[in-house]
Formats: sequence, structure tokens, C-alpha cells
Amino acid sequence: MSQSYNRGLIEDFGRWKEFSAGMWAWIFHKFTGWMLIGYLFTHIAVLSSSLTSPEAYTTTIQGLESLFIIRVLEVGLLAVAVFHILNGIRLLMVDLGVGLEAQDKSFYASLIITGVIVVASVPTFLDGVTF
Amino acid sequence: MSTQRQKQPDEPETQEAPTDQEMKAEASPQQKRLQRKREQQSAREASADEGEPEEETVHLKVFRYDPEVADKQEPRFDDFHVPFEKGMTVLDAVMYARDHFDSSLTFRHSCRQAVCGSDAFFVNGKQRLGCKTQISDLSQPIRVEPLPHQEVVKDLVVDMDHFYEQMHAVEPYFQSEDLPQGELEEQRQSRENREKIKMSSRCIWCGACMSSCNIAAGDNQYLGPAAINKAYKFAMDDREEEEIKEHRLRILEQEHGVWRCQTQFSCTEVCPKDIPLTEHIQELKREAVKKNLKFW
Repeated sequence: MSQSYNRGLIEDFGRWKEFSAGMWAWIFHKFTGWMLIGYLFTHIAVLSSSLTSPEAYTTTIQGLESLFIIRVLEVGLLAVAVFHILNGIRLLMVDLGVGLEAQDKSFYASLIITGVIVVASVPTFLDGVTF
Repeated sequence: MSTQRQKQPDEPETQEAPTDQEMKAEASPQQKRLQRKREQQSAREASADEGEPEEETVHLKVFRYDPEVADKQEPRFDDFHVPFEKGMTVLDAVMYARDHFDSSLTFRHSCRQAVCGSDAFFVNGKQRLGCKTQISDLSQPIRVEPLPHQEVVKDLVVDMDHFYEQMHAVEPYFQSEDLPQGELEEQRQSRENREKIKMSSRCIWCGACMSSCNIAAGDNQYLGPAAINKAYKFAMDDREEEEIKEHRLRILEQEHGVWRCQTQFSCTEVCPKDIPLTEHIQELKREAVKKNLKFW
């Protein structure tokens, strides 16, 4: 070809309205995966306060748990983890070749179940915390 | 509503109806697809019947680019208003625009019946076959663009060289060493095996799947759905020997082979021939694992 025009990536996030279920599932799975990796580091950081002394660990946890924002983030963490687990099961089914024609429905189902679990968990997570 | 189409449902039934019980079980996914298609069709007809004005035009926005014409070097969209006819496809509309308004409008087309696979366009944000897409299914204005992730040569014509290279990379030809005894003997395939590879053999090389795959967009070496599907057709063919199947799997299990697929189902959604591409890719992944992990 003598000359041709490269339009670059068309299928970028600017087209998000046209994404299909499988595409959204992929994006959410990546996103939640990275979130969980990020959480892993904070998790280790908080847990390692117990290396100094048991009291240091207790005060760290109590200090964090008294913060409203931490409680909200915990709800978010639950949402991310539950979706990642459920979509992981969906992907496992896809890998095993089970129910590929229902892959969009199973994605919507995992979204709905995540929503239900998260809403149900809110009273527990926000128990006894003030702004 | 309309009386002329009443007889339609039982017509394909008689053609497809399997005779014995075993075949019935085999044919069920296809029947499901046919069923779905019929439902979509009737829904389409129902919506089309709901009286639209007689003198109707279709508003097309067509991507234009030509490196050899000064004012088309910068890509732009041209508007065409084409008179609508019942049953008009996107290809019919762009052909009308070319024949009546602008003869320099360039696009590939040949058979006009979804067999040659040359008129895959990016229509309203989705890879579709122009000749298989009804205007009445689309919201207007209809944006007709060349396939994404391929370089545009002119107007709606994209450079397909890379796609063909990937298709040829999987050795898409039957290569059994084992010739039948007699001179006039044929290499027969069992009915079950034929059913297994039936869907994969429907590929028309239109490139819609490759264009829709955003893994293929980011990784130029990735074989892509169409090529893997082609490999599936031959790898699953029982008439080829085990060594040849292993050779095929060796090609597929490389870094840029089946493992690049991240099951976004984009290819399966856009395939104009309804090939379950993701299913085939997943099956080849399992075959590749089975070849390398032998516990028995």
C-alpha cells in the first residue's frame, strides 16, 4: 500500500456506550483485580503494625475503624471482592466451556448479586460509627 | 397484522427437522440460533410494519478519505440522503449513494448476500456486514465507517493484508498424509465430526471479528479470532492424524496464540455468520492444556 490512513484506536473508552456485556465484564474484572492488589498492600501495612506490639495493632485498628471514610471504603472493598469472585466463577465456567451462550446473563447476575450483598452488608459495616 | 407472511414459521422447520433422535440432540444449538433469528426477524417486521411515511429517505454519514485527492486527505464524513425501500440494506444504500450522488465513493462488495465477506463496515459503532444489515434495524443517521484497527486505504476500503497473513499463519488447509487405498476412494468424515466443525467452517474472512477484538488491536502478533477459528476447523477434523493436530496446537499455544484471548466475546457478538468464536478459542485452550498435561 502506497499511502494509508491510520485512525489509531477506535475502540477506546470514548465508545463506552457501545460496549457489550462481555467487554464490561472484562473491564470490571481488571479494575477490581487491580483494586484488590492495591488493598493487599494496605492490608499488609496495617497487619504489620502488630510486629511492634499487640497494643500498637489494636490502636491502629481502632483508630481506623472509628473513621467513617474507612467504613465506607470497607463497603467498597466488599463490593469489589464479591464482584471479582463472582465474575471469576463466571470466567471459570467460560474457560470450562459451560454456558457460553449465557455469558451476558451471568455477568448481569453477578452484578445484581454483588449489589444485593453490598446493600445487605451496609448496616454491619456502618455499625456504631459517627461522622 | 399483515397477511402475506403468515406461512413463514413452518417453512424452515421442514428443511431443518432432523429425522432420528440422535441428530436432534446434535442439531439443537443451531435450532436455537435459528429460533432466535426467527424471533428477531418477526420483531423486526413488526416494527417495520408500524406505518412509517411513504416517501422516506435514509440519512447516511459515510467516512471519506483519499490520499490522492487534496480535499479528502483529511478524513471527513459525507452526508447522503438515499430513498428508502423496504428490505434495503446498508450496502444497498451506499451503492445507491455511489451510483446516484458520488461515483468516487469507494467500498468493497461482491456477492451482496453475505457469502463473499468483502463488505464488512463499521456501522453505527459495530462491525457488521453491509449486505446483511437492514436499514430498518438501525437508528439514523447511519454512520458508515471502514473497519477499525485496520489502516484505511480509501473511503471504506481497509488494508486487509495483516488479517490475511494471520489467517495463513495457522496453515488453513487439510494436510493428512494418510491417503485412502483405492484410486477413487474419498476421505470421508463422520457425520458427528462434520457437525462439530460445521459452525467454524462458515467463516467468510470478512475480518469483522479481528476488527472488533481489542486484544488484536493492541497486539499485532495475536492470531485473532478468525485465524484461530480456522485452525479449530482443521484441528478438530478427525481425518487429520494426531501428529498434525499436535503441530497445529503448537502453533496455537504460542505466546500470541489462543492465550491472548481474554473472553470479551466481542468477536462472537459481531460475527455475521454467528460462529461461536469464543467457544472455539476456549476449546482450543483446553486442548492445548490437555496436550501438555498428561497425568494418565
